[in-house]
Amino acid sequence: MTKLESKIPEGPIAEKWTLYKNKANLVNTANKKRLDIIVVGTGLAGAGAASSLGELGYNVKNFCYQDSPRRAHSVAAQGGINAAKNYKNDGDSVYRLFYDMIKGGDYRAREANVYRAAEVSNDVIDHYTAMGVPFARDYGGNLDNRSFGGVQVSRTFYAKGQTGQQCLLGTYSSLNRQINKGSVTMYPRREMLDIVIIDGRARGIIVRNLITGEIERHSAHAVVLATGGYGTIYYLSTLAVNSNASAAWKAHRKGALFANPSFVQIHPTSIPQLNEYQAKLTLMSESLRNDGRIWVPAKQGDKRHPNEIPEEERDYFLERKYPAFGNLVPRDVASRAAKERCDSGYGVGETGLAVNLDFRDAMKKQGKAAIENKYGNLFEMYETIAGTSPYNEPMRIYPAGHYTMGGLWVDYELMTTIKGLFSIGESNFSDHGANRLGASSLMQASGDGYFILPYTIGNYLSDQIRVPRFDTSLPEFEEAEKEVLEKINRLMSIKGTQTATSFHKRLGRIMWDHCGMSRNEKGLLKARDLVTELEKEFWSDLAIPGKPEDLNMELEKAGRIADYFELAQLMITDALNRKESCGAHFREESQTPEGEAMRDDENFMYVAAWEFTGDTKAPLMHREELVYEEVEVKVRSYK
Amino acid sequence: MKVTLKIWRQENARSKGSFQTYELDGVSVEMSFLEMLDSLNTKLIKEGKEPVAFDHDCREGICGSCGMYINGHPHGPATGITTCHLSMRYFKDGDTITVEPWRAKAFPVIKDLIIDRNALDKIQIAGGFISVNVGSAAESHAMPVKKNNSDDAFDSAICIGCGACVAACKNASAALFVSAKISQFALLPQGRVEAKERVRAMVAKMDEVGFGNCSNTGACEAECPKHIKLVNIARMNREFYKAY
Ligand SMILES: Cc1cc2nc3c(=O)[nH]c(=O)nc-3n(C[C@H](O)[C@H](O)[C@H](O)COP(=O)(O)OP(=O)(O)OC[C@H]3O[C@@H](n4cnc5c(N)ncnc54)[C@H](O)[C@@H]3O)c2cc1C
Ligand code: SF4
Ligand code: FES
Repeated sequence: MTKLESKIPEGPIAEKWTLYKNKANLVNTANKKRLDIIVVGTGLAGAGAASSLGELGYNVKNFCYQDSPRRAHSVAAQGGINAAKNYKNDGDSVYRLFYDMIKGGDYRAREANVYRAAEVSNDVIDHYTAMGVPFARDYGGNLDNRSFGGVQVSRTFYAKGQTGQQCLLGTYSSLNRQINKGSVTMYPRREMLDIVIIDGRARGIIVRNLITGEIERHSAHAVVLATGGYGTIYYLSTLAVNSNASAAWKAHRKGALFANPSFVQIHPTSIPQLNEYQAKLTLMSESLRNDGRIWVPAKQGDKRHPNEIPEEERDYFLERKYPAFGNLVPRDVASRAAKERCDSGYGVGETGLAVNLDFRDAMKKQGKAAIENKYGNLFEMYETIAGTSPYNEPMRIYPAGHYTMGGLWVDYELMTTIKGLFSIGESNFSDHGANRLGASSLMQASGDGYFILPYTIGNYLSDQIRVPRFDTSLPEFEEAEKEVLEKINRLMSIKGTQTATSFHKRLGRIMWDHCGMSRNEKGLLKARDLVTELEKEFWSDLAIPGKPEDLNMELEKAGRIADYFELAQLMITDALNRKESCGAHFREESQTPEGEAMRDDENFMYVAAWEFTGDTKAPLMHREELVYEEVEVKVRSYK
Repeated sequence: MKVTLKIWRQENARSKGSFQTYELDGVSVEMSFLEMLDSLNTKLIKEGKEPVAFDHDCREGICGSCGMYINGHPHGPATGITTCHLSMRYFKDGDTITVEPWRAKAFPVIKDLIIDRNALDKIQIAGGFISVNVGSAAESHAMPVKKNNSDDAFDSAICIGCGACVAACKNASAALFVSAKISQFALLPQGRVEAKERVRAMVAKMDEVGFGNCSNTGACEAECPKHIKLVNIARMNREFYKAY
């Protein structure tokens, strides 16, 4: 049985990382050349890691499913990236950033990891600036900051509404520098379909070449997964439509524990669904809540045009319920409040599943030009999609699936429970507890890739320098490839009548209804049966045209959905197990009389890490008890 | 509404492609262009036929994956947006819509509307970076950057690498794409150090991988979904002359 060892270093919290680095084993430069590292993913985490490791002298192979590493989903992040620079002199510090993340995560994250993420945040910003990332500046030529939800300081660095794009393109450029030097080899349009384990250690991967359909084997001394989140399990989400959990899921099936799978963040400000064919939901950055005010009509079912509703007939429900934070409460709180208003019949738009986000007052106060300068491109994007201009009337917004706090369980070294298999960025579970604060994911993904993994992987590899390169004709590779081919053949031979997407939509609906913004036991049990039935139908009536030995996007989709069925069951199991509300996980059975989330620290102050025990057996839960030595555990209140 | 689609179908890089005609009913103005193609594909799959292959991922105009020639325009008739942001509001009942992949020597067709844009990456690999090692950066405020330079650098940096500029150009030149990166770094003090080496390496690679020469027709600027400006090309040319 797998045993959890979080390997948190001794010492006071502010010194743990330094102490760790002082003692970590190193690999000398000459030996690094003899060590191969596979990095799957080219987002901030993956490409950051690949370029840093290449720079150190390791021999790196980097994979992604897009045609170019520059298209990883980090590119879509809008609002910003946090760092504890305290440039605004408003009382920020590494400690405060750490504290905000622990509190924002509702006391379900590991202190030592979170502190370290905050600690390296300033280095991340310096590095991006040096690479030529054009963050917004003030007239003095210095970097500008703005505020994000859930905090009272201004620590978010941004590049208009395209911060993720700019950070990712910076990272892509450093990756290119290493490709140019020959230390990194890039393998685009490859999908990882399995991991190869030799004598208990991760030693390679099996990928499908998405152009030719060929199955390829790649070996290495260590494997890093930086494959992003699984928000597309809801079908409609703010993620890129091809995002998937397959790489992480395959690792889970081979022994990596999966932690807190049901912790999913629902983002409060997405453009609502407009039609039934819609393939994705577009996020409107949270930064808009700095100036936009959220409201619904005070009267139920008021169908007047928003501009015709006078001030006294508007309900600015976040300002009313949470006067201290107002429109800047954390995401989970804002999402649930919007859902509550809509469920009670105050929602706006044809479907009643939307609330207003209004810039009228901000434009009055600051002028239209100031607002345009800050949010111009977001307003344009909104108008392109929704057809109305936020300069003239409020935006309509509604919550959407956005970020997965759950992911592969990792220890302090970012290693999973499989030796030599690391997981970084959104694909791991580590830093955000039960709810992520805005702008802290780019920060974590970058910190993991550039500044943390390069140390911890060195510590692991230091005793591997005499291990020769692995031959991909070894039986372990043979076996893994055989399994992959069998799965593909099984999918291809169903020859049914329904498309992969139609199954995905139905699965997404079940998960959104019963394992989304709020959950209860009855719904979860029902969802479990519904998913089981749907999965059966999938395996008997799926249609995939074409051949597997060719570019075949239907086959790609089908494989990802097949894995989502299995992950969905684990999410449900996890949500059922956690009979408390915490952060984004809202169990209706556990709420205060005012309808706020109620934690149960006595029984649930732990990370639930699940072990795969077989297709027909129930997963086994391991507990990592969370100990808070630094931060006093309190009721999270934003009133 | 109902539309007639003439779509380029090509099995793979080696085979010869041709236009196929499809009638599609039940198209709603609220669909995006790609959602319209999704619904065509659903129909084709149900008929046991192969769906139309096209690249796409973020579906919000930022990753640069999508891109096709629609009625003679890269990314379709609307300006300043990508194919994934194109709405069916731009079309009307009974329209015939012609859809093809980008056409350029440096962009071979892989299948149907999917092309190989690796040549763009190769140019970036040749010099599209600032050589700074992880951990060696100075404190960000050690070097202030004038706001207007930084804003201009941003405006160049937002290129999404879609390749529409190449597709729009009669010479299949990648000048707009390459100049955007050169400009971003040329405008920032951090980028000046390697400015000469960068422009030489990137321009040489651009020629080597098969893009044509720029003859200043400006079609690229008109079709660029991110409003990358021709002044970038002028700046690239200046940087290039300075480098020799
Ligand atoms: C719309 C949107 C806006 C956001 N805005 C912000 C923000 O303002 N601030 C913030 O901090 N965070 C934001 N986030 C969250 C943040 O963008 C992500 O959490 C973060 O970028 C994840 O980075 P990553 O490197 O872990 O993964 P990603 O960038 O998602 O990269 C995943 C990589 O893995 C590859 N991959 C995946 N599966 C496979 C496979 N099976 N085989 C091969 N390759 C595979 C992909 O090709 C890709 O290269 C936002 C998220 C969304 C969706
Ligand atoms: S310059 Fe414009 S058209 Fe050309 S690749 Fe960049 S974004 Fe696309
Ligand atoms: S799909 Fe990403 S830009 Fe169109």
